[in-house]
Amino acid sequence: MELALWSQLTPAWQTTIIHLLKISGVIGVMLGVVAYTVLLERWVCAWIQDRIGPNRVGPFGLLQPLADGLKFIFKEDILPAHVYKIFFTLAPLLSMIPALLTVAVIPFGSNLMGVPSVIADLNIGILFIFAVSSLGVYGIVLAGWSSNSKYPFLGGIRSSAQMISYEVCMGLSVVTVFMQTGTLNLMEVVHYQGQNGWLILYQPLSFFLFLVSAFAETNRLPFDFPEAEQELVGGYHTEYSSMKFAMFFLAEYANMFVASAVLTTLYFGGWSLPFAPFNQPAQTLWVGLAHIGVFLAKVIAFLFFFIWVRWTLPRFRYDQLMSLGWKIFLPLTLVNVLLTAVVLAIKEYM
Amino acid sequence: MIVSRPKLSFWEKSYLPQIFSGLWLTLKHIPQKKVTLQYPEQRPKLLGKYRGAPTLVKNPFNEVKCVSCQLCEFICPPKAIRITPGHRNPASTDANVEKEPQEFVIDMLRCIYCGLCEEVCPEEAIILQKHYALTAYQRSDLSLPKQKLLEMGGIHNDTIRKWKTK
Repeated sequence: MELALWSQLTPAWQTTIIHLLKISGVIGVMLGVVAYTVLLERWVCAWIQDRIGPNRVGPFGLLQPLADGLKFIFKEDILPAHVYKIFFTLAPLLSMIPALLTVAVIPFGSNLMGVPSVIADLNIGILFIFAVSSLGVYGIVLAGWSSNSKYPFLGGIRSSAQMISYEVCMGLSVVTVFMQTGTLNLMEVVHYQGQNGWLILYQPLSFFLFLVSAFAETNRLPFDFPEAEQELVGGYHTEYSSMKFAMFFLAEYANMFVASAVLTTLYFGGWSLPFAPFNQPAQTLWVGLAHIGVFLAKVIAFLFFFIWVRWTLPRFRYDQLMSLGWKIFLPLTLVNVLLTAVVLAIKEYM
Repeated sequence: MIVSRPKLSFWEKSYLPQIFSGLWLTLKHIPQKKVTLQYPEQRPKLLGKYRGAPTLVKNPFNEVKCVSCQLCEFICPPKAIRITPGHRNPASTDANVEKEPQEFVIDMLRCIYCGLCEEVCPEEAIILQKHYALTAYQRSDLSLPKQKLLEMGGIHNDTIRKWKTK
């Protein structure tokens, strides 16, 4: 009976409903994973330091994210007297929204009953991600400037210095991926990997360069200069409290999620595994769900890696990141592009 | 002083070996035994010489050992002890003692846990035991009266009966 009702709807309504379902599902799962990444961060940190970690709220501390959220909501929202109020309020939104927007083009599975598991199947998927995710830095720079206080200001300056150093080689490092696959559409990149094996096998250097840039992009140690709690007292979010601070906090972890998802999609085969039925688009509902599970498992593995690196490495100086980005990574990415072009040309004419 | 700078190979200069060994080190710590003591459920193991809160003890016949000589009151550096001497009940089994404290108050907010009271006591009547978590809702609640101190102290099983014959 429900199916009969469904077929009575016009195609426009059907598309709208499917998209709304997809959007709410993706955002819900993403925010859930993000909330639990915060818990995972505290656990991994504790384990590495031979401690137990949060284990009081609920069984094994599993309800900790709820308690954290409740705390943030009930904290007083302090607006310091000396800030530029409009930009101060705008900044957390500016850093949160790009992080949520970028998941739109990431294929989180193959398909569910014929519906592709991606919100927007754009032909310029990766360009969209670069375009939107680099907007996130404006949130940080605005926060640093509008706080009208010295430490946030230094954090904002560092953030802009950081952005110009990694963005170029981040963009160039993925060029080889698209040279090899011949498409910018992320769905097709994953299909290619399902057929031919994961791209990390073909492009290890590109993967490494993109990974390091992703650490800079997400403001994670060893490149967390805008925050640098030891030197800058929290950096750009020093003056923030309550939900405004929580937005920055969520944005950082949401950016980690997005970076993990992009790394998974580009280099680790997205939803695919190198054996049937995981190497081709799903025919049944259950395989479709299994594909989503595979994708999430890979993303969570990357999130663990991000956390693991954070609790291992010390922070670079920001001139070190700039010289790393400009003097080492930029030439390396160019050489990589050239090498890939040569290899592809040889293959073409063989 | 001259710091010798070792000549690094290209591989070492790339910083990567340090990153990998660091990652391996932190990974090894993840399954290791944890050092956390989950406090209210698990308690720390206190050594024999631990100096907790001073307490009053009783002898094996359930009588107060303190003879109200006030030496501890004199020696107490922060003046945390206050004693009001009184007479011992002549009908009690060791009436030879003659005196016992009518009131004996230790202000635990002043006490510095130095143990001088225990050291100076000729009767071994005040002993620092293992109470380390004294909490209260009011400051006045931490001025422990005689009854509370005796309760915390318990019975001290010594064999010396010096007041048996006077």
